[in-house]
Amino acid sequence: MSAIGKALATAAMGLALMTTASQAEEMRIALVVKALGIGFFEAANKGAEEAAKELGDVKIIYTGPTDTTAEGQIEVINSLIAQKVDAIAVSANDTDALVPTLKKAMDRGITVISWDSGVAAEGRQMHLNPSSSALIGNMIIKLAADNLPEGGDVAVLSATTTSTNQNTWIEEMNKVAGNYPSVKVVGTVYGDDLADKSYREAQGLMQTYPDLKAIIAPTSVGIVAAAQAVTDAGKVGQVNVTGLGLPSEMAGHVKSGASKSFAIWNPIDLGYSATMLAYHLAKKDAEAKPGASILIGRMGSVTLDDKNEAAMADPFVYDSSNIDQFSSIF
Amino acid sequence: MSTTTRQIPDRLTSPLSRALKSWEALLLVVAVAIFIANSLASPYFLDPWNLSDASFNFTEKAMIAFAMAMLIIAGEIDLSVGSIIALASTVMGAAAAAGAGTPSLVVLGLGTGLVCGAFNGLLVARFGLPSIVVTIGTMSLFRGISYIALGDGAYTQYPGSFAWFGQGYVWWVITVELVIFALAALAFGILLHRTNFGRMVFAIGNNATAARFSGIRVEKIRFILFLLTGLMSGIAAICLTSRLGSTRPSIASGFELEVVTIVVLGGVSILGGSGSILGVVLAALVMGLVTFGLGLLNVPGIVMSIIVGLLLIAVIALPRLWTKLRL
Repeated sequence: MSAIGKALATAAMGLALMTTASQAEEMRIALVVKALGIGFFEAANKGAEEAAKELGDVKIIYTGPTDTTAEGQIEVINSLIAQKVDAIAVSANDTDALVPTLKKAMDRGITVISWDSGVAAEGRQMHLNPSSSALIGNMIIKLAADNLPEGGDVAVLSATTTSTNQNTWIEEMNKVAGNYPSVKVVGTVYGDDLADKSYREAQGLMQTYPDLKAIIAPTSVGIVAAAQAVTDAGKVGQVNVTGLGLPSEMAGHVKSGASKSFAIWNPIDLGYSATMLAYHLAKKDAEAKPGASILIGRMGSVTLDDKNEAAMADPFVYDSSNIDQFSSIF
Repeated sequence: MSTTTRQIPDRLTSPLSRALKSWEALLLVVAVAIFIANSLASPYFLDPWNLSDASFNFTEKAMIAFAMAMLIIAGEIDLSVGSIIALASTVMGAAAAAGAGTPSLVVLGLGTGLVCGAFNGLLVARFGLPSIVVTIGTMSLFRGISYIALGDGAYTQYPGSFAWFGQGYVWWVITVELVIFALAALAFGILLHRTNFGRMVFAIGNNATAARFSGIRVEKIRFILFLLTGLMSGIAAICLTSRLGSTRPSIASGFELEVVTIVVLGGVSILGGSGSILGVVLAALVMGLVTFGLGLLNVPGIVMSIIVGLLLIAVIALPRLWTKLRL
């Protein structure tokens, strides 16, 4: 036994050394986006590069089709499979159409996660949402309260009465409203995500509640219309507009003071976190299973729910200090 | 007898030298050059499985390109092929959602393709409308029906056995789609180059009026060509839907231009009257090799389309420049 045993042991050790050697090689993580040339995704790539620098042994392959088609993304993913990359993190153009190709990638040992825009559960190991309904609900009322040290009346300008997203967020907001006793939510109106209707509803709010101190609009159409209505009514400084909006559309209103701050996800953080997740899963020092908690560097950690989905963080707050940096991005 | 006899050769050039100077030979050289360049540029290129995966970049488009080549040789064009795929895929998706099995899905896919092709053919052949106008119209019409039926939804309930067409293998790395591609190439090669029908297609493309006076039923042949393009779009729809395992109304958007690109790169005159199926096969390979090779190097898609555009212009312009310079 001894001679053969020794030989086997040496071989095993050699093999172990070889595997460690190959693991020490640079890890290639592909960040596949919906289409190239979109500011939001270019920013996500910035975050991915930041994560790669922090991790040290990671190379980011930033790629995607020319236009937002599933077929184009499949061609890109096929060439990534051929290159035997270690991980693919994709923001999908189609929830279902990418599944067969991504399954093939996983069969060949590639770590697959989706972020931003998800893939059906069987086509990825996990999905990273930019935020969660609970976090958004809390954030929108917190933004209103933070700018109202003395408290006061606030009203909500939503999209349509049937918008699932907005209804969920407002519901979550009402759940935590008790934590912000100084602000009183006096009413909710619906602008149907139409600029002119939202504008009139915001005007109506200011007339109905003369003591109104803030309008919360958790919709990118509503928040711009409300800020415009406040400006036109000459109530900048009296009524603060906040909620969820796009930096490029809100830059002017932040500068005029109509909106002191608002929130939306930060694409840089999103790209950063997706890269961190892909890295840990590919390195196998974390596992994508319900209940698992995975570290994502400076963003802390995420916990997977029963559908292997995770929420990254609170929506990111934009105000006069950072609006210029982001308004050119998205 | 005078001593000065004028020699009249049997033919202008020998078949061999003609073959060497042909478009197909040029394409073959280009294809081999790209193949070698790719294997030098990326260590992942020469892998049977990778090449097999890469074949999906062109197989579906090439199937339609064969029928499109015949149509363009006859002086017509069909820009609705991508939309026919969308409609055929939507019909199959709706049937699958209602519980239809794989055989009925195939019949429905082919049937939808044929109906769409017949509609185009009827408008062009029967009512004498220009094909480019008709098919730009049906391009919006067919996809429009898909959008009405599906909106932002998707059909995903395809039976497991349906995956065979787009994800199955016949033997080793030879995919089902590659076999369909090869069979279609053979069938269209014979149809265009070895039958009376093919001769008539060339005749119509060269001079439709003369063809009519020599007894060719021009309208009937045009109608059949649109029917064939519809049928091949139906087959491509089956393959693509099976490969994606789902249907959305945006499926196969932009296919029509890629198909026409393959046909033109294959040496088919866009004015009609000349071309070969072998050229189209080689052009499909060239396109597939270029996009896959650039993909392996992670060249951004925007740069890739610039390169494909330049390649198209170069391959088409060079022979003309060559003849001009010699004259």
